[in-house]
Amino acid sequence: MSLFQSHIHSDDMSILGRLKQLAWGQIILICVLACIGFLSLYSAAGGTIDPWASAQIIRFLFSLGLLLGIALLDIRLIFRSVWVLYGGTLILLLLVDIIGHVGMGAQRWLDLGIMKLQPSELAKVTTVMALARYYHGKELADVRKIKNLLVPAIIILMPVGLVVTQPDLGTGMAIIFAGTAMLFVVGVPYRLFIVGILGAVGAVPIAWQFLRDYQKNRVLTFLNPESDPLGAGFHITQSKIALGSGGFTGKGFLEGTQSHLNFLPEKHTDFIFTLWAEEWGFLGSIGLLTLLSLIILYGYWIAFRCRNHFARLLAFGLTVNFSIYVIVNIGMVMGLLPVVGIPLPLMSYGGTAMLTVMMAFGLIQSCNVHRDAKLPRGL
Amino acid sequence: MDRDQEKVDSFARRAFVVGGLQGIGVSILGWRLSWLQLVEGERYTTLAENNRINVRIIPPSRGQIVDRYGVPLATNLQNFQVIVTPEQSENLEKTLRDLQSVITVDERDIAKAIKMAKRSPSYVPVEVRDNLAWEEVSKVELALPHLPGVTIQAGELRSYPYKDSTAHIVGYVGRVSDVGKMKDSLLSLPGFQVGKSAIEKKNDLDLRGKPGRAEMEVNVHGRPVRQLGIQPPVPGARLILSIDAEFQRFVQQRLATERSASAVVMDVETGEVYACVSHPSFDPNAFSGGISAMDWEQLRDDPTLPLNNKAINGVYPPGSTFKIVTALAGLESGLINGSWTVTCPGHFDLGKSRFHCWKSGGHGTVNVVTALSHSCDTYFYKLATVIGIDRIADMARRLGLGSVYGFDLPEEKPGLIPDVKWKREVKNDIWHPGESLVSAIGQGAVETTPLQLATMLSRVVNGGKAISPWLAGYANEIPLSVNLNANAPKIDIKSSNLALVRRGMEAVMEQGGTAYGSRITEEGMTMGGKTGTSQVRRISMAERASGVRRQEDLPWHLRHHALFIGYAPTDTPKYACCVVVEHGIGGSAAAAPIARDLLLEVQKRDPKSRKLEGTS
Repeated sequence: MSLFQSHIHSDDMSILGRLKQLAWGQIILICVLACIGFLSLYSAAGGTIDPWASAQIIRFLFSLGLLLGIALLDIRLIFRSVWVLYGGTLILLLLVDIIGHVGMGAQRWLDLGIMKLQPSELAKVTTVMALARYYHGKELADVRKIKNLLVPAIIILMPVGLVVTQPDLGTGMAIIFAGTAMLFVVGVPYRLFIVGILGAVGAVPIAWQFLRDYQKNRVLTFLNPESDPLGAGFHITQSKIALGSGGFTGKGFLEGTQSHLNFLPEKHTDFIFTLWAEEWGFLGSIGLLTLLSLIILYGYWIAFRCRNHFARLLAFGLTVNFSIYVIVNIGMVMGLLPVVGIPLPLMSYGGTAMLTVMMAFGLIQSCNVHRDAKLPRGL
Repeated sequence: MDRDQEKVDSFARRAFVVGGLQGIGVSILGWRLSWLQLVEGERYTTLAENNRINVRIIPPSRGQIVDRYGVPLATNLQNFQVIVTPEQSENLEKTLRDLQSVITVDERDIAKAIKMAKRSPSYVPVEVRDNLAWEEVSKVELALPHLPGVTIQAGELRSYPYKDSTAHIVGYVGRVSDVGKMKDSLLSLPGFQVGKSAIEKKNDLDLRGKPGRAEMEVNVHGRPVRQLGIQPPVPGARLILSIDAEFQRFVQQRLATERSASAVVMDVETGEVYACVSHPSFDPNAFSGGISAMDWEQLRDDPTLPLNNKAINGVYPPGSTFKIVTALAGLESGLINGSWTVTCPGHFDLGKSRFHCWKSGGHGTVNVVTALSHSCDTYFYKLATVIGIDRIADMARRLGLGSVYGFDLPEEKPGLIPDVKWKREVKNDIWHPGESLVSAIGQGAVETTPLQLATMLSRVVNGGKAISPWLAGYANEIPLSVNLNANAPKIDIKSSNLALVRRGMEAVMEQGGTAYGSRITEEGMTMGGKTGTSQVRRISMAERASGVRRQEDLPWHLRHHALFIGYAPTDTPKYACCVVVEHGIGGSAAAAPIARDLLLEVQKRDPKSRKLEGTS
């Protein structure tokens, strides 16, 4: 796969040298996406910068700094601290369960005084890191042995278990999807996935028993939103009306009736894509979808050009993570997937989500900068 | 490095698979977007507009009903209602309890409001109480800051200033019953009222007017954000009735001396009804605010039928008032004339049957004029055998009996004029000659309403013009019931015969006449008329043998009905009236004095002297 690997090695490890090695294209695309988010939040607030757009801009600028900082970190340092970070996340998740702040009927936040920390967001990143670290030194032959799946399975399921009990089903599922994608690319045999998919389908009735009432309602409403257009199906129905009524060119900036008359629920968080699509129409929404796809493609490109397995897997896993969020969120607002409460990364209003997504892109950028670094094998 | 290369290749292959799956995912999103926004865009645009725009129906003001002088008979009062929007009230029950401490609110009303609130979306206001007095309104207004979600709404309440006097002609309004409610958005407005009886019902569509529309931009809670457009309502038409309201009230009060009675006073030339009264009556205002079940049952079960307009749907054997018809049928047949006489021994024998005259001693020899003035039954028994029932029935129909006129009140009844054909077709039996005798004096199967008797008399005294009674004049400038009476056809009756009958009716009021005691004594005022007493129960042979029981000894509901038809003045008749006192025993004693008072009063008021607006 020399196609993706640059012939000019990134040897210059001075700060300036590293800055030159950043994948600036992706960073610029991220900034464009964030700006679309600011515009949408400005519109969501009825044409004012407060309360959402202003806060989001400050968070973005702060997170952008963090992204660059992480990007410039020596990947060997990251490599060495993976287990510490992973373990730390598990402890935070436990803390949430114990002393967590009760919000939205589910314990998800740790109040740190200055900000509310959502450890489940961190778990998405550190689980991918742990898997990348684990498989970094593994030979393909070992990977294919079924008994060697035990450790990665534990790596995935520990945070998933803690997240789901919060309960945050959406994030749990996202971690499982990203983890499964990573197991797939490292070379775990195909047949296991087929068995796994069949097993998952078989487990649906059992899992159903463990769902909370509101989670069951969400799934049922998804299956037939028109059954109760003024009740639980209201959100999906109104979101589809908003999207559809945007038409080809949209209703115009600040002119979205569905969002401004509050027919659109959660318009500044989970349903922000709908708000954008109502005001900017098919042109705007396809443009946004293209922008998101380009950011994802950029991530894969970085993964492919990495010459050490850790960076390759890390960049890949984090990109998969990002794309899962994009597809699930947009699928949800269009009525293709159940409403699972997953935000659209970089656009939805929210602190921790913004922070962790930018951290993840920082790590991807670091992989790009240090794509040629040599990392020790073994745990 | 080979093993590493193998790892990289495996990674690359599988990463392409994952990327491919994601590519499919994104493609599905793109396809879905184009479906929603391009293919279905228009449909969703409509849905979004429907979401955004809420069309509020503005109810029109119900049209006034006035009498011939423009005096309001039905009008609208401001009605203040307390309504509560459940969405704006944190705790509906608590809010209602707080309201209870400010004004009186029934437990029933609270329960009803809570029930209504549960049934509809929380932004739909529910009514808690209406008909608030001024002081109650100000009390609630003062307490509003402590009553979240509560507002005062000004609506309209139908009001009938003449109360029970005009209840039977004007009618009343009430809530729309559920049948057909969904068709008309106006009808489904909360609290909207439609006419339930009489003019309010018959002319409901004219009175209702056209609803206005206010287009409001609303938010998701249905709360108006701004007004987009307004189309004001068109108030209902103003209805002018031929009634003279004060005279109507006079008649009502005059009839109130009896337990159950009705009367019609009309114009013999134009058919305009000046008063149409049924006693006892009811207060239609009780219906506007919703009548209580107890009051309703009381009205419904009263044996004197206060809810019925007996002047138009009370059917009675006309008794001797019918002799006018029989007399005219005889004179017109050519088989008798004014000098044809009958000697009355107090009874008349037909085969083996004996038919009694009301005066057991007999009237001696009578002609048509004296037979009418003394109301001699024997004369008409004999006449019936000469001319037969079909001539009598034919004359009765020509004079307006036995069918409905298409009068302006929907409750009108046709009554019945029997003849040979009717007996054969309806009763499936042959006509017995004795039935002709009974029918000739207005007994047996003959049934008429007071309105019909007044019309019959009008046609006799106006020279044979076939006028029909009417009541509803004009809605604004548009004629509601075209007055066909100007071109009413002439009934082909010789004026000399009409004059004979009129002479007979004048003689009724003279010395020896059956209503001499009830004559008008006032200078310059005159009247003619005919008494009638109709049997409610048959007097049996045995009873007649052992002496007829005095009517006063019978229970009320078995006593004879007392009737009187009269007209005034005698030279050029203007007004005709019919008075029926149910179970009043005798026409001359019970009905004639009332008729006298009515004809005297109507001549004094002389409503005919002022033409109804819009009539020519």
